[in-house]
Amino acid sequence: MTEMLINSLIVIFISVGVFFILVTAIGLIRLPDIYSRAHAASKSATLGVMSILIGVFLHFWLIEGNFNPRIILGIVFLFITGPVGGHMMAKAAYFSGVPLAKETVRDDMAPLVDKEATKKEQL
Amino acid sequence: MTMFLWICVAILSFSLVGFLYRLMKGPSTPDRVIALDSIGVGLITLVGLFSILFDSPFFLEVILLLAIIAYIGTVAFSKFTEKGVIIENDRDAHK
Repeated sequence: MTEMLINSLIVIFISVGVFFILVTAIGLIRLPDIYSRAHAASKSATLGVMSILIGVFLHFWLIEGNFNPRIILGIVFLFITGPVGGHMMAKAAYFSGVPLAKETVRDDMAPLVDKEATKKEQL
Repeated sequence: MTMFLWICVAILSFSLVGFLYRLMKGPSTPDRVIALDSIGVGLITLVGLFSILFDSPFFLEVILLLAIIAYIGTVAFSKFTEKGVIIENDRDAHK
């Protein structure tokens, strides 16, 4: 009974993670520009990999009796660095002039970037 | 349970093929870097599932190692596309 409960918990965590990784792949293929792709990749890939690693951790802890803190370290590290990596890449893409999608309505960043450039020229 | 894990491995391999498509096609360099980052994530999940399948906890260091290396690679590439150098030696490079 207990083993069945543990197994179903692991199966739920791993299938949620696999679903989110698949959603990441679909988003990377179908979304129109780099910024929406970075959005898809950083959010859902981080959530998916965290969920799968929680499933792996529960399997090794509750079935094999092997409490493994490295997986928890990996989960925390991915939770911190996944969104940071996506943010840095999107920022580098904006400042190196990658164009936005055709459907973009407004670009709030453009006047700020112009202001920065004029301030740098005045100095 | 084993059958379920193999099905998960198959789905993850399909999503890795999707990331590879974006890596080959992506019109700009940041697209490719984001696809590479996602490939790192997919490899981490595959390592986790295979360590369940092979019933050994000895692969779990690889997870942390891959996470760290993917993060360092993303940061280095984003700094390179933004500034043109990765490690700058100028004293007044931050003006």
